[in-house]
Amino acid sequence: MKSDRGDIELAGVCKSFDGATYVVDGVNLKIEDGAYCCFIGPSGCGKTTILRMIAGHDDPTAGEIVIGGQNVVGLAPVQRRTAMMFQSYALFPHLTVRENIAFALRVRGQSKSDRLRAADAMIEKVRLTQFADRLPAQLSGGQQQRVALARAAITEPRVLLLDEPLSALDEQLRVQMRQELRRMQQELGITFIHVTHTQLEAIALADLVVVMEQGKIKQAGPARDVYAHPHDRYVAEFMGGQNVLSGRVEKVNGASFTLAQAAPDGIEVPLRPRSAVSVGDKVDIAVRRDDVALVRPGRDLPPGCTTSLPSRVLAIEYQGYFVKVMLDTVPDDEFVAYVPEKTFFADPFAVGDVVMATWAAGSALPLA
Amino acid sequence: MSAVLADMPKSDVSKTVAPATTKAIAPSKGGRPWTFYVLATLFAFYVIALYGPMFCIYILSFQDIRGGLVFPMKGHSLHWFVDLFTQVRTGDVMGSFDRSIKLAVIVTIITVVVSFLAGLGFRKRFRGDTFVFYMMIGSLVAPGLVLGLGTGLLFQALGLNASWYTSALGAQLSWTLPFGVLVMFAVMSRFNHVWEEAAYDLGASRWQSIRMVMIPVLAPGLVAVALFGFTLSYDEFARSLQTAGSLNTLPLEIWSMTLNVTSPSLYALGTVTTIVSFVVIGASLGTIVLIQKRRGSATKG
Repeated sequence: MKSDRGDIELAGVCKSFDGATYVVDGVNLKIEDGAYCCFIGPSGCGKTTILRMIAGHDDPTAGEIVIGGQNVVGLAPVQRRTAMMFQSYALFPHLTVRENIAFALRVRGQSKSDRLRAADAMIEKVRLTQFADRLPAQLSGGQQQRVALARAAITEPRVLLLDEPLSALDEQLRVQMRQELRRMQQELGITFIHVTHTQLEAIALADLVVVMEQGKIKQAGPARDVYAHPHDRYVAEFMGGQNVLSGRVEKVNGASFTLAQAAPDGIEVPLRPRSAVSVGDKVDIAVRRDDVALVRPGRDLPPGCTTSLPSRVLAIEYQGYFVKVMLDTVPDDEFVAYVPEKTFFADPFAVGDVVMATWAAGSALPLA
Repeated sequence: MSAVLADMPKSDVSKTVAPATTKAIAPSKGGRPWTFYVLATLFAFYVIALYGPMFCIYILSFQDIRGGLVFPMKGHSLHWFVDLFTQVRTGDVMGSFDRSIKLAVIVTIITVVVSFLAGLGFRKRFRGDTFVFYMMIGSLVAPGLVLGLGTGLLFQALGLNASWYTSALGAQLSWTLPFGVLVMFAVMSRFNHVWEEAAYDLGASRWQSIRMVMIPVLAPGLVAVALFGFTLSYDEFARSLQTAGSLNTLPLEIWSMTLNVTSPSLYALGTVTTIVSFVVIGASLGTIVLIQKRRGSATKG
């Protein structure tokens, strides 16, 4: 209770349930006070375990968890001033919305009138006034989520932990509740940590996106950084929107290098600052799918494009504002171009057509 | 279905197609398959076999003073009910009834408390849990008469007097506890342990979490366990026979009456005890319904 700050620092946090395999393996991370942080990764990557350790439902095998400058390992959730919103919300089925929300105050021994008044104020905040006397079973998924949020928020936590909060909702509601989460976070002004496996959710919400794999952090940074500048193949493929190609370095020329590929002249890739490659290295590169332009063979390449890879169209999916064109550009990996709808239909391709896939020389990104 | 029918007159074109469609959507009212009638007959026989014998007793208990122990029915009156409670020769009906109810209540309370605690204990696996579980279930398999005999002998060996509130209580618990625990396990399997975690997250102590979340959520199940405990104890015979001591419980009293009472008052007793059982069952089910309803109608409150 010493500090109201909700900044979190994880230092060398490890967790093993059986003493042999580590679910969380040496995680170091700083989360600023009042940030919206998303942990993202496939199931079993340890993201939920990290959340539960911050919440105080699991103890780390090693390492420190510092909230607001205080090591909280071993403390109960209430002492940490964290609150958790469970995946299925875990609303008490025998209590009404009002009683559910007032629960935390009830166990603190607040008088009935006091706690119900506080609960009603919170109910108003999440716009559930007309449902205050209903039981959880009589609410829709979105309403249940709001109750869960209000029940957690009434404890006045400095950190709110959300375990896949949107996974129980259908698509339309998910987008709506996503906005509501962000609004609540700004209103409460506290740190939110949100675990998800949907990259759309993460980049739409988070100030800080943390990509995890097998108990380790692969990349942590602002959403746009992680999406547009993935560190490695794993992050690029997991966040999506990128084509990943690999090849050997053929030539290094100052600020860029050339990757040997099916293209006659190879692929020119700008070097990352403060990184070096040498001829013969095997390197992965990423090209954003919306940076790829498709040109019929024999036509001029758009200005600035030097690399062009001959490909055959494998499949076409209409996506509304863009068209997803799948190509056989690279033998083992999928290669996709997101072509703006209007561009595509000005000169539509058919499955089986041969096209040249090209992109501006600067837009290829070398991966670690 | 009705929409299809309603549309039919409007469109002339679909007239030829419509009958086929209606048939496919729902069979006509008389179109039950023959298996329905076979199974319905079987079920009717089952119900008759189940309740027929009991109803013979109930009907014969309402004869008048000329009544005998077998059909045909001779007149109708409440004579044998009056006889039951006034005649000394029919035995200590009131006393044994009183003892049986008291015993059943004690057994019920112990069964509910112990089963609930066992349910809590078995939430997580522990060393030897399977052994403990089979030890518990073992006494269900043991023949009741033998178990009762053993209990009686043990009390004698220890120099204790057998009585309904000591040895018979113990013998009955060996029967009701495993049942109660089994029911409790089924009830607990529907309890989502995230609720406990949520309570802990909101600052509840273990005791608060049990009192404010677990017990209220499990309440209907606990009533069911109580009902089991009560009915199993109330009509327990085999285990009580050698353990009840000098004063009989109601089933023992009825049994001894079958040996020396040769009037329909025996049947009257059967009717009365059945009514008591139904009142208890009705009260329990009523409680469960009330709990559910109070939760269901919370919208109005």
